[in-house]
Amino acid sequence: MSEKLNETLRQKLKVRRPGLFTTIQDLGRPHAVTSGVPPGGAMDRFAHRAANLLVANDEAAATLECTLNGPELIALESCLVAIAGADFDPRVNGRPLQMWEGTFLHEGDELTFAGRRSGARAYIAIAGGVAGDRWLGSLATYMLAARGGMHGRQLQAGDVIAAAGTPRAPAISGRQLAYNLRPDYGNHTLHAIPGPHIRRLGGAGRQELFGAPFKVSKDADRMGYRLEGRGLDVSGDELLSFGLAAGAIQVPRSGQPILLMADHQTAGGYPVVATVAGAAMPVAAQLVPGDELTFAEVGIEAALRMRKAQRAALDSLIS
Amino acid sequence: MPAPSSKPTTPKVRTHPLGDSALLAELGTRLDTALNTRAIALAAALQKRRDVRQAIAGYASVTVHFDPDQTTYDSLTTAIKRLATKRPPMAEPGRLHRIPVTYDGPDIEAVAKQLNRTPTQIAEIHTRPIYRVFLVGFVPGWAYLGPLPEELELPRRHVPRTQVPAGSVAIAGRQTGIYPLPSPGGWHLIGRTPVKLFLPDSDPPCLFRAGDRVKFFAQ
Repeated sequence: MSEKLNETLRQKLKVRRPGLFTTIQDLGRPHAVTSGVPPGGAMDRFAHRAANLLVANDEAAATLECTLNGPELIALESCLVAIAGADFDPRVNGRPLQMWEGTFLHEGDELTFAGRRSGARAYIAIAGGVAGDRWLGSLATYMLAARGGMHGRQLQAGDVIAAAGTPRAPAISGRQLAYNLRPDYGNHTLHAIPGPHIRRLGGAGRQELFGAPFKVSKDADRMGYRLEGRGLDVSGDELLSFGLAAGAIQVPRSGQPILLMADHQTAGGYPVVATVAGAAMPVAAQLVPGDELTFAEVGIEAALRMRKAQRAALDSLIS
Repeated sequence: MPAPSSKPTTPKVRTHPLGDSALLAELGTRLDTALNTRAIALAAALQKRRDVRQAIAGYASVTVHFDPDQTTYDSLTTAIKRLATKRPPMAEPGRLHRIPVTYDGPDIEAVAKQLNRTPTQIAEIHTRPIYRVFLVGFVPGWAYLGPLPEELELPRRHVPRTQVPAGSVAIAGRQTGIYPLPSPGGWHLIGRTPVKLFLPDSDPPCLFRAGDRVKFFAQ
């Protein structure tokens, strides 16, 4: 059962303009995949977690995921916010706001975004976490089923963003993620581990996968990105459907790979030639149609070292 | 789709990385009820482990999402190979669902023509078996049912439909299924059912579970 937004929660922000596509997201519902429901949750988990930690929230608290541009929000009372991920040039009352840093908004302050400078998805955390409908254990919005988050839909003008609780530590502004610990979103090299059906590519195909540039097509959303390249030949029998994972690189008959993202189909029968390392998924989440990327082959050990480094960066925010 | 077979299965498992915190354990490559029973039992056994976040049975495989802070790909592979040599516990027969179908789908005439049958015969053959739920997944509430009788085997449509209505009963290869939500689809639509497959306000939010049995009847 979904828990409806509790009216007694503290109302923090009023939505004047919703932005192109702004949804409430958290760390998703991984157990729901056995029912065919995607795991969902924030596309860029690093930015989502960092934004939460900057306002002293639990990392699993819900944030606003803003796609390609940001909303216009008015503070209904003073609250601590942090913005991480894509740079849409955030402003408070017209003045630039530092990203990756906790900032107090006072009643009446206007949080706006002047325009996209880089990346695809920015995350807004508020102290206490964003409140929303809980569905299958998660506040993540899943539009196809119209469940989770803001009544299963994207934000609309007039919506009110409430805080779900109180932060686990006193709200302090000025907490900041060190510059050198922020992801290098400009480097579109996605480290990927060879997958179950890598052999179907053959030697030349493998070289093509790990080295040739691919372009993110217009067909790119929270489910996945269709990529454009010279084409990969995956000959062989049809496969029996099996469970999938975010980051999997599927190759259908067309030879143009599909990179699975947070709202991915839970099972499929296309060959999976490689899977993007967890630590490279934040960069993947920040790609927009037209961006070029390359896959770099990496082993499990190296991928786990990258994961540890990201964990250490987040831990630097936990006092 | 590989042909179904009833040959006894050997407990040989191959594992492959699916990123740095998941793996695919393959038990075989055939559409086979015994293999699927093994996959479901292996997934259930793995789900009990603390280092496993999620184990999802496929037709003849298990996808395992694990916690890389608690285990490694290699040690989980060893554990899976050991688990797979154990005889699975006698599988309890899955729940039986009786699903009413009106066999008037937009493809029923074309399917009948291709197979040299009448639409009534198509309905008669489709309602004959008790199908197994091999796998729940792809989209919310979707279940892969089979094996479909050989007499109804057809490749997928050349051009998939961009929109298939929810409740459409469809066939492709040796499989049959019901579209739980309006979605694109490449299967042949032979009928429709009012039964809801995706139940967003239940937990789990779907009618069928892997291992269940499904009997269609014409109405």
